[in-house]
Amino acid sequence: MHDLAVQGGQLLLVLLMAPLLTGFVRKVKARLLQRQGASIIQPYRDLARLLQKDVVLADNASWLFRLAPYLIFAATWVAASLVPTFATSLLFNWTADLIAIAALLGSVRFFLALAGLDVGTSFGGIGSSREMMIASLAEPAILMIVFTLALVAKSTQLSTISEVMLSAHVGLRISLGLVLVGLIIVAIAENARIPVDNPATHLELTMVHEAMILEYSGRHLAVIELAASLKLLLYVSLIACIFVPWGLVGAEAGLGSAAYVVKLAVGGAMLALFETLTAKMRVFRVPVFLGAALMLGLLGTLLLFVSRGL
Amino acid sequence: MDGLDFDIAHLFAGSLVLVSFMMLYQDRLYALLNVFALHSIVLAFSVGWQAHIQDAPQLYITTAIAFVFKGIVIPVALHRIIQRLGIHREIETVIGIGPTMVLGIGFVALSLAVMLRVTAEADRLAREDVALALSVVLLGLLMMVTRRNAVSQVVGFMSTENGLILAATGAKGMPFVVEMSVAFSVLVAFVVIGIFLFRIRERFDTVDAQALDRFRRTQE
Amino acid sequence: MSATLILWCVGVLLAAAAIGTATARLAAARPIVYGTSLVASVVALAGALDGLLGAAPPSGATLPLGLPWLGAHFRVDPLAAFFLIVVNLGSAAASLYALGYGRHEPAPHRVLPFFPAFLAGMNLVVLADDAFTFLLSWEFMSLSSWALVMAHHRVRENVRAAYVYLIMASFGTLCLLLAFALLAGVDGAYGFEAMRTHQAGPTIAALVLTFALLGAGSKAGLVPLHVWLPLAHPAAPSHVSALMSGVMTKVAVYGFIRIVLDLLGTPEWGWSMVVLALGGITSVLGVLYALMQHDLKRLLAYHTVENIGIIFIGLGLAMAFQANQVTWAAALALTAALFHVFNHSLFKSLLFFGSGAVLTATGERDMEHLGGLIHRMPLTAFTFLVGCVAISALPPLNGFVSEWLTFQAILQSPDLPQWGLKILIPGVGALLALSAALAAACFVKAFGVTFLGRPRSPAAANAREVDRFSLVTMFAFAALCLLAGILPGLVIDGLAPVVRGLVGDRMPVQLAVPWLSIVPIAEARSSYNGLLIFLFISFSASLAVYAIHRFASRALRRAPPWDCGFPDARPITQYTAGSFAQPIRRVFGTTVFLAREHVEMAPPGDRRPARLTVELRDLVWETIYAPVAGTVDAIAGRLNILQFQTIRRYLSLVVAALIVLLLVLAIWL
Repeated sequence: MHDLAVQGGQLLLVLLMAPLLTGFVRKVKARLLQRQGASIIQPYRDLARLLQKDVVLADNASWLFRLAPYLIFAATWVAASLVPTFATSLLFNWTADLIAIAALLGSVRFFLALAGLDVGTSFGGIGSSREMMIASLAEPAILMIVFTLALVAKSTQLSTISEVMLSAHVGLRISLGLVLVGLIIVAIAENARIPVDNPATHLELTMVHEAMILEYSGRHLAVIELAASLKLLLYVSLIACIFVPWGLVGAEAGLGSAAYVVKLAVGGAMLALFETLTAKMRVFRVPVFLGAALMLGLLGTLLLFVSRGL
Repeated sequence: MDGLDFDIAHLFAGSLVLVSFMMLYQDRLYALLNVFALHSIVLAFSVGWQAHIQDAPQLYITTAIAFVFKGIVIPVALHRIIQRLGIHREIETVIGIGPTMVLGIGFVALSLAVMLRVTAEADRLAREDVALALSVVLLGLLMMVTRRNAVSQVVGFMSTENGLILAATGAKGMPFVVEMSVAFSVLVAFVVIGIFLFRIRERFDTVDAQALDRFRRTQE
Repeated sequence: MSATLILWCVGVLLAAAAIGTATARLAAARPIVYGTSLVASVVALAGALDGLLGAAPPSGATLPLGLPWLGAHFRVDPLAAFFLIVVNLGSAAASLYALGYGRHEPAPHRVLPFFPAFLAGMNLVVLADDAFTFLLSWEFMSLSSWALVMAHHRVRENVRAAYVYLIMASFGTLCLLLAFALLAGVDGAYGFEAMRTHQAGPTIAALVLTFALLGAGSKAGLVPLHVWLPLAHPAAPSHVSALMSGVMTKVAVYGFIRIVLDLLGTPEWGWSMVVLALGGITSVLGVLYALMQHDLKRLLAYHTVENIGIIFIGLGLAMAFQANQVTWAAALALTAALFHVFNHSLFKSLLFFGSGAVLTATGERDMEHLGGLIHRMPLTAFTFLVGCVAISALPPLNGFVSEWLTFQAILQSPDLPQWGLKILIPGVGALLALSAALAAACFVKAFGVTFLGRPRSPAAANAREVDRFSLVTMFAFAALCLLAGILPGLVIDGLAPVVRGLVGDRMPVQLAVPWLSIVPIAEARSSYNGLLIFLFISFSASLAVYAIHRFASRALRRAPPWDCGFPDARPITQYTAGSFAQPIRRVFGTTVFLAREHVEMAPPGDRRPARLTVELRDLVWETIYAPVAGTVDAIAGRLNILQFQTIRRYLSLVVAALIVLLLVLAIWL
């Protein structure tokens, strides 16, 4: 019963907190740029506004175009609700391990890319082809990261990984540092953040994610924006669950939630700081950036073989 | 062997391999020199930690040499000389950055596979140090082979040397380690001076100090 | 019992082939031949299912054919039963599909006689229990498929494809012949029973494994022996392509498993490294080739190469674990490989059926002339989409389950004692992950350029939905893909007897796991529940649709595309297959294919169009096949003078040969 309550609570929590995290990141970025910035709850207002508007569909948009936002949202929400946020005792945490969560995000990307190609404009094509190029390097990087973590924790279940990371057995390992950097690089690429993609732009030269959803409007766009915020929340929660797992295991729900909110805030602030300090890369430097994540994952695995315990 | 001691030694040796990779993908000369300085400083920390856990105070001399000479003096000197002589500052690679990195990972995997099998009965800390040191040596050699710029080849050679020093200090109780590091540093100094003499002669057709002096006065 | 039943079905198929030869030009021949094949395949499928899941011991049969002192032995043990299921499921589907598709066949007299013969050949290979029957059936299968590849012989590239196929098939059979000869040993014991008990020494075992790898690998499509596959598979009619890619390659995998894991016993761990490395390289190269194609069927054929690589990675892992006596991990790896065999036969056949439907509807195979078909052929588009999602290994469909199981097997590698294996296997894991990601990109391109967007040619704009038989087949396979994805425990438990027979162990019983999850090792280590993920996603999507339609706006209007304010209705402005693959070509293609782009722009004022040329080189062909072909040509050119001698010279050659033989006799006796 307790597990069911935890699972249900997490389902609602991630849905409600996702736009807040996006708003928080934008606010911190604005403040760092010496602007006032929009209020933290502006994303909620944006979603409400979009939901009220008409959908304007292109003449030749198909049923796939209309269905894709809901599929994307559903897959992201399911994945986000399986990453432990304030407690590891989720009722359904055995339905998907880390590999399955990464693959669910792969499905999200698949349908998003197809939606970009559906209307048959060149912008959609640009977004989809660049997104698949980024994905072709981000996925092996994530799987190498999973591999290294599974070598340390002897499992791919997130709850087990958190518990092992909390125990003293882990010690200080450089492989985990490499894996953390690799995971941050992949998270930046997957969430379409600077330096890989600019979430606030509509210029052809700089678009990847925005190009794929260019033709969406009204409630469809609202659902997709919510899914994107959920994905950002998912990645921050994932990093927190694996590398900053204090407050996750054994503590009661109140302390766990408070710890979780603090982790989100710190993660969001650091993301905003990083985005402000870096410039966006040229598209064909992104494979080098992601290749670095893959190399870090591989190097982390190799270094584990010389470390203790193996 | 205390777990934390081993972990910290492993941390430094692994960081050395990581910094070697960072050197492989640099394409600007000043950045390469900065990363090499970092490489030598990490080596200094690693040797210092070895000195601490092996209770071998003479290794602190090696630490000092690595930190001062290779971490500060040589990079600064190279920096100055490159500026003065106007040496070409872009680093061209023979094969692209991607294939170089893949080769680098392959070399690391190969050195681990060989060293861990060969040293199966040795002390865990020594094994780990020797395996990672061989990786650093191979990565330094890879850098020498895949660069067209003379300065980057010298930097590759010096990082290979760093790897050898790591191997020497990792093997507990090896004699003449300090003397070896001094000898290596003298060798490096001569190599660097030799390269620059060559460049100076190329540029000015002479290495005679008086002729260069005259040239400098006419420039002013 | 099942062996005799399946032999009867093979007999029916051969009879159908005879009927097909006799009556090929009649209109009624098509439903008779394909209908008979369908019925025979379904009955054989039932027999095979009984052989796998039933409790009866393996059944055998002997026919007094072939060599007089040997006879022809046939046997259905669990491994054969599983592969018979794969073969007959594919055959039944292809026959059902052909009932509709065959209407548009321009040369039925070149297809109808050979199609049932091809099915019969594949069944016989899997049934065979001695080397002679195996090789005879293997050649029969190759020749009947060759005849099918030559069906449209007026097209020049089909003739070349068939020629290359024939050469590679002969090479493969030669290697298998040598492998079986070595296994039979000096006594000439050709029965599989005898080969199993006869222990071969390490050199013989190494040679057998090499020949098996070359022979079965060339038929399956391992790099560098894959070159015939992308030429021959697209050349045949679509239902035959589905069979060749989806089923015949699996028969080759069966051959490899039978020889290496069953007859040979446990090989050395070093050989598993070879298989793993080949599998990894094959999977990445296959998908990279596929990404560069714009012919839909050739793309699918190259992609088969990638999946064969994934299967061989699983087999290599099983060999590695088996050599180190870690039988539970070997069972996991082998289950993953066999599951992928089953999955691939399902979704690759489905995709080929879809491309056949597109070919029927538009007459085009080239993606650059298609587009917008989702509006004209909605049902085909839906099933093709299911196939694309399945093959890209996305949950909750079946492709993901076999990839997940393979990754779980890879994660067990740190327990192995050999350093070479410990370090190679994560590298192969990285290659596997890379190929999975590239496969998703490949199928976004295939589906997106063919079905989405706007039509790029009048043929695409006037396409119509295909007939009911094709649609029923495609929907059936799409449903099977979904079922295998949400109920993977059933398949894993079904594979248990096969795995136990080969490795000596099996995965934990999956049907005992609550909620129908699959647990490869232990609950705490990893688990996956496809059914729940599918239900969660459906439920969340429906909830979102309901909530939004109830509480938010439902209004919708159509308008021209926004296109950032610069709308251009011409279909030529949308992305083509080549442009979609361009970023990936830039990243990977410069090293793997030495891809070079040349842009020729006319000077200002000149109104000629600019031209972009992309040059790709097939390094495998250039480094291996072209030199070999060149050498053979050169030697043949030299030896050609033997054709033009005088009679006196020929007589002198005969006399010289006679003298040499007499000399040899003189020295030897």
